[in-house]
Amino acid sequence: MTRRITIDPITRLEGHGKIEIFLDEKGNVDNAYLQVPELRGFEQFCVGRKAEDMPQLTSRICGVCPVAHHYASTKALDMAFGVAPTETALKLRRLIYSGYYIYDHILHFYFLGAPDFVVGPNAPKAKRNILGVIEKVGLDVAKEVIKHRAFGQKITEILGGKPTHPVSGIPGGQTKPISESERKEIETMAESCVGFAEFSLKLFADVVLANKDYMALVTNPNLGLGTYNMGLVDENNHVNFYDGKIRVTDPKGKEFLKFEAKDYLDHIREHVLEWSYVKVPYLKNVGYKGLTDGKDSGIYRVGPLGRLNAAEGMATPKANAHYKQMFATFGTRPVNSTLAFHWARLIELLYAAEHALELAQDPGITGKDIRNMDFKMQEQGVGVVEAARGTLYHHYWLTDDRLMNKVNLIVATTNNMGAICMSIRNAARELIHGGKADDGLLNMVEMFFRAYDPCFACATHVLGRPALTIEIRDSTGALVRELSNSG
Amino acid sequence: MSEGFEPRIVGFLCNWCTYAGADLAGTSRLQYPTNMRAIRVMCSGSVDPALVLQAFRDGADAVFIGGCHPGDCHYQSGNYKALKRTMMVRNLMKQLGIEEERFRLEWISAAEGAKFAQVVREYTERIRHLGPLNLAQPAARV
Amino acid sequence: MPDKLKFGFYWAASCGGCEVAVLDVNEKILDVVAKADIVLWPVAIDVKYDDVRAMPDRFMDVCFFNGSVRNSEQEEMAKLMRQKSNALVAFGSCAQYGGIPGLANLQGRKAILETAYRSEPSVENPAGTMPETRFRAKEGELTLPKFFDQVFPLDRVVDVDYYLPGCPPPVPLILGAVTAIFEGNLPPKGTVLAPAKTLCDECVRNVHVAKKMPDIKRTWEIQADMEKCFLEQGIICMGPATRAGCQTRCINGNHPCTGCMGPSPEVTDQGARMISALSGILRVDDEKNLSEQDVAALMNKIKDPAGTFYTYGLASATVNQRRRK
Repeated sequence: MTRRITIDPITRLEGHGKIEIFLDEKGNVDNAYLQVPELRGFEQFCVGRKAEDMPQLTSRICGVCPVAHHYASTKALDMAFGVAPTETALKLRRLIYSGYYIYDHILHFYFLGAPDFVVGPNAPKAKRNILGVIEKVGLDVAKEVIKHRAFGQKITEILGGKPTHPVSGIPGGQTKPISESERKEIETMAESCVGFAEFSLKLFADVVLANKDYMALVTNPNLGLGTYNMGLVDENNHVNFYDGKIRVTDPKGKEFLKFEAKDYLDHIREHVLEWSYVKVPYLKNVGYKGLTDGKDSGIYRVGPLGRLNAAEGMATPKANAHYKQMFATFGTRPVNSTLAFHWARLIELLYAAEHALELAQDPGITGKDIRNMDFKMQEQGVGVVEAARGTLYHHYWLTDDRLMNKVNLIVATTNNMGAICMSIRNAARELIHGGKADDGLLNMVEMFFRAYDPCFACATHVLGRPALTIEIRDSTGALVRELSNSG
Repeated sequence: MSEGFEPRIVGFLCNWCTYAGADLAGTSRLQYPTNMRAIRVMCSGSVDPALVLQAFRDGADAVFIGGCHPGDCHYQSGNYKALKRTMMVRNLMKQLGIEEERFRLEWISAAEGAKFAQVVREYTERIRHLGPLNLAQPAARV
Repeated sequence: MPDKLKFGFYWAASCGGCEVAVLDVNEKILDVVAKADIVLWPVAIDVKYDDVRAMPDRFMDVCFFNGSVRNSEQEEMAKLMRQKSNALVAFGSCAQYGGIPGLANLQGRKAILETAYRSEPSVENPAGTMPETRFRAKEGELTLPKFFDQVFPLDRVVDVDYYLPGCPPPVPLILGAVTAIFEGNLPPKGTVLAPAKTLCDECVRNVHVAKKMPDIKRTWEIQADMEKCFLEQGIICMGPATRAGCQTRCINGNHPCTGCMGPSPEVTDQGARMISALSGILRVDDEKNLSEQDVAALMNKIKDPAGTFYTYGLASATVNQRRRK
């Protein structure tokens, strides 16, 4: 009887990871661990760098959500330079940000997540991917998917120079304005994206919501988590990707916290695991109680479902209608179903498209006053945005010379690590029995990290050089042997 | 600082000034240590920073450039470039953990044989005091 | 009907941007998959490591490998991909030169671990726990890869057939490479699949034969003119030392080049070349009137030379890491 199943690597996500599943003597799951083996060390190697390089350096934490890092960084610099961006620059930033969401959410849903629903979780491995999806939905739909993902990238390219790793963020504004012809081009693309987002929501309704087997997975309480939820909201408690206050709701849906970016250290702490390079953030005032949910555990969820749970609506009308419909379908606040992340993601896609259209239709967006240079230098700056995968915190300490003295980052997916580990463990326990775990079933377990759209390059920005100390402990936790390779 | 350590100094000496000055030191029978390996270049401004870094990587404990005094460059302004390059490379060396002093630029004319000998003597002792560079070689393979 | 080629994409210490760059070929991806089967692509396809180990040697016609090597798993994978592919392409700045994460070579190991897991203000770790390469959990042993002391470009680990530079590689170069593969038209082994010119050659702002740099300015100190050469505005631009082929997208975004396409041909040390170039154009009109102190003050305005001149290429520079004492 197999006692251990390894999935290595996990696939259809950004980043590296493996899942280790331990079975008991009956072949049922004892525990399952999702380990993240990668690290690069941005918080460390950014020390000594020029402040103005940070938006581009940190952008390389993730090439899937570079715009998020670019602007969290730029906002941290705004604060450290004592400036706010001009009104036009702010509109441009929101617009590039919306373009980024359009591309990223389309990428995740169609290329990474949808194969499990459109082709089926148990479909042969070779079909469970975008090419299998294209086979199922047909070339015309495939071309629409490709076209609209490209529109999102194009918006970023027009405003930021490059679609991946843009260059436009600078303290006090943007490096360049847009022309009237660029504004028109973006307006046309944004309008088409609104239609495509609505099409995607309909596809989701037809393929997932109308499918009894999928809905059994979606609504299974063992496959959901009752955690706190976190996201940025505007003054109306509507989801906002670029700015606002950080709102946290409790497992009953009530507001638990609402704080400004600069106060994040009053509320968030990170726990270190021995078996993964990612840390597990949690709410400081609730405390770390292990990998468990509920109101006494400080673990919270971010990302699409986290944001929708932490807010009270969407800021644009079509998205808001879908928001209401989703909560009405589940009948609870918050929605705990992990697979509901996919639905929340498409609602956010619609909001991003509507918001991009609003901005593109604002004649002021072609203004030339894109830079505020009335600097009042500060020692520190904190910039917080919502990356597609969750709340992203950049905290910088600068020297008088405007070089980086210290950097602290809490990165989007990292916030979800506790929840992802729990979801994998719970899914393995729920789905694997009597030692039976074929490829399709193991893929179904993987669906329970995929819903979060994790980005482990982001989550592991932290550098782990060769471990200085290796502690070998027996099953009672006693130290058996210690090896050190320091020096 | 180790017993019996003999510094290895690579010296890029400009043909028109410092190299001639070194010649003069020789014909004047002035004593100076043999630690500096002299390389004749046509102008201090022709020394590529890549060569300086390569010298460090390949085992030099120090690098020296000798050029014409400002205003006397045979090619008008090569030595001004050398000055700027030297300063930038020294700032880079700080970040690489290499003491700035291990890279030195000196103006020594063809008539200054004595100065040449004195500088070489002094610099050799300075580097002896600093000790070997022992720059870890970039691993050829993992 | 010719057999379809087999392509593989793998990522090591990467950010995922190179994967996105491949998708940025947009609808042309359909042409590519008509001629090639993608047999490995962890971001998009469910092929696992055991599936790769089971492939015959040289099974993949071309493997595009992005990301640098900085842990034992990535080293193993680099060797596995080399074994299982006919041609191995170092895709992107990280695989080719180490990339931005190569800047970690300037940091000491101890400080890095300490900061990450012990001293960052948001970390709560009174026991001083660290991630471990071997950990005995209640249910069994868990392993993590060993981290190396430095970042390695791919060709320091295995033989590389071709290089495709950029952070990420620009779409026209990706399509150019793929077309050459389909047409059996690849240049000699070891070639960088990008133009053999410097960026200045393709930059619309390059209008003066003799560039003069009047001063050193940080990008935030001015609002850069959108038509003038950055160097002539006092802003450091890596163009003179950087390979062309990216269609000057950063310049179009009104930001100077930071050097992601790697050194121009025949230059082995991009940073050194840039230092040299800057010295040739900085304050040339009145350099003879500057005292040594004036020159020192001017050069000290160039902050963080390592980060500025070796942003992407530190791991493959002549001196590629901070000296270990």
